[in-house]
Amino acid sequence: MYSDSKDINRTTNIEIDLILEGIFNKYGYDFRNYSKAHVKRRLLNRLTTSKLNSISELQHKVLHEPGFFEIILRDLSINVTEMFRDPSFYLALRNEVIPILKTYPFFKVWHAGCSTGEEVYSFAVVLKEEGIYDRAQIYATDFNHDVLDIAKKGIFPIDRIKEYTYNYQASGGKQSFSDYYMANYDSVIYDQSLKKNLVFAEHNLVTDSVFAEVNLIICRNVLIYFNKDLQNRVIDLFHDSLINGGFLGLGSKETLQFTTKANSFEIINNEEKVYKKKIIKK
Amino acid sequence: MSYKAIVIGASAGGFFALKKLITALPSDFSIPILIVQHISPTSDSYMAKHLNKLSGLTVKEADEKEIIKPGHVYIAPPNYHILIEEDCTISLSTSEKKNYSRPSIDILFETATFAYGEELIGIVLTGANNDGSSGLLSIKNSGGYCIVQDPDEAEVDTMPLAAIKTSNPQKILTIEGIAKLLIKINNASKKQNKIKKKKKDIN
Ligand SMILES: C[S@@+](CC[C@H](N)C(=O)[O-])C[C@H]1O[C@@H](n2cnc3c(N)ncnc32)[C@H](O)[C@@H]1O
Repeated sequence: MYSDSKDINRTTNIEIDLILEGIFNKYGYDFRNYSKAHVKRRLLNRLTTSKLNSISELQHKVLHEPGFFEIILRDLSINVTEMFRDPSFYLALRNEVIPILKTYPFFKVWHAGCSTGEEVYSFAVVLKEEGIYDRAQIYATDFNHDVLDIAKKGIFPIDRIKEYTYNYQASGGKQSFSDYYMANYDSVIYDQSLKKNLVFAEHNLVTDSVFAEVNLIICRNVLIYFNKDLQNRVIDLFHDSLINGGFLGLGSKETLQFTTKANSFEIINNEEKVYKKKIIKK
Repeated sequence: MSYKAIVIGASAGGFFALKKLITALPSDFSIPILIVQHISPTSDSYMAKHLNKLSGLTVKEADEKEIIKPGHVYIAPPNYHILIEEDCTISLSTSEKKNYSRPSIDILFETATFAYGEELIGIVLTGANNDGSSGLLSIKNSGGYCIVQDPDEAEVDTMPLAAIKTSNPQKILTIEGIAKLLIKINNASKKQNKIKKKKKDIN
C-alpha cells in the first residue's frame, strides 16, 4: 500500500516537470527552477480548489485556457507584502546606505519583485525624509502584471494602517505616518509626491536580462522561491546591474553567503542582509 | 523500520513541552528533528538559542536551503513557513497564513511527507487550534508513524484532540513516553544501519 503512495508521488513529480515545461513553452514563464516543494504545494492546492484529479488534467486546462494560466501565475507568485516589512531593514538602509547615496547628484534604485508596491512606497518615504527623493530614479518591477496595476494606483486597504504605522515608527520614521497618505472610507491613497520619480514595469528575473545600471537593488523575499541554481543566476544578474560600490538588500532569510558571487560583495550589515558590490579594478 | 526524520508541531503551551522533549533526548540522538512552534511574527529566535544551550543536540533556527543533517534540531523562524524539499533541504516561504498561522504545522508535515514518505515520524503536541491535523493525516496515509501528546497531559488539549480525531495516530503518549519511544526507535535504526553497513563491507 505504501509503495503505492511512493509511486503516486513519483508520478506527480513527473507530471509537475511536464506542466512546467508546457507553461514555459506556451507562455514563456519559466518556473522550472523554482523551489520544487513550493511549486508542488501550490499546484496541488489548485488541483483541490479546481476539483481536478491530476496534474495532467491541470496541464490540459492551463495549456488550453489562457485565462486559467493567469490563475496559475497568481498561485505561483506569492504576493504577500507589507509597508516597512522588517522595520530594522529600513533602519539599516537609513544608517548605512543613505549617507552614501547622498554623495551622488543623481542615483537609481531598483525594486525587483515589488509585488503590490508596499516596499516601494516605504522606501520612497525614507528617501523623502532624507531629502534625496528628487535625486532618485526608482524602478519597480515584477513579473506579475496584476500586482503592478495595483502598485501603480497606490491605493491600499485601510485595515492594516495600524500595523503599518507601528512599522513606520520602528523603521526610524521621522514624522507621522499619516503625513504620507489620505484615508478614504475603506482605503488609503498614498501621497502623489511619492510617485513622481517612480516607474513600474514588467520584468522577469528568470528570463529577462539586465534592467538598468543602478546604485541600489532591493530584492526581498523573492529568492526564497527559487532553487540554488536560479538564486545564483539572479545574483549574477544583480551583480551585472549594479555600479561599482552599489548596494544590494535582500530579505531577512536570504543570504549571499553560499552563492557563487559571495566574494564579489562586501557585507555591510549581516543581520539585515545589506551588501555592497566590491569595486572591480580595471 | 528505520526513520529519516521527525517533524513536530506545537502551539499554545508548546515551549515547555518542547523543552521537556528535546532535553530528554541524548546527545547521540541522530534522527533530524524539524519543529514548527506557533509564535508571534515579531518574536526573536530566543527559543532555538535557549534549547541549544540546554540540549546536547544542535538546535538552530532553520535557514533557507539548509541541508538537513543528523543530530540537528531545526526550528521554523517566526513569520516564515518551512517546507522540506525532496532533496532533504529546507525552503522558507512568506506565503499566506494557513490555519491563521505562519509558520504552519500542516505545511511542514505535508511537504515532509513528500520528502520522506513512510520513513517519517509526525508528532502533534499541545495547542489551541487545528493546525497539524491534516498534515498528520497525510503522514499516516503515506505509511509514516504518527504520535500525539496525551490530551490529558497537554496544557491545551484542542490540537491533540483534533489530531487524534482526524488521523487516528499509532500512539498517544505523554512527553516522557514520546521521548522514550523516540530513543528506542533511534537506537533500533542505528543498529539497522550498522548491520546494513557490515553487509556492504562483506560484499
Ligand atoms: C513575497 S513577494 C515580495 C514582495 C516584497 N519584495 C516584500 O518583500 O514584501 C514576491 C514577489 O516576487 C515576484 N516574483 C516571483 N518570481 C519572479 C520573477 N521570476 N521575476 C520577477 N518577479 C518575480 C512575485 O510576483 C511577488 O510579487
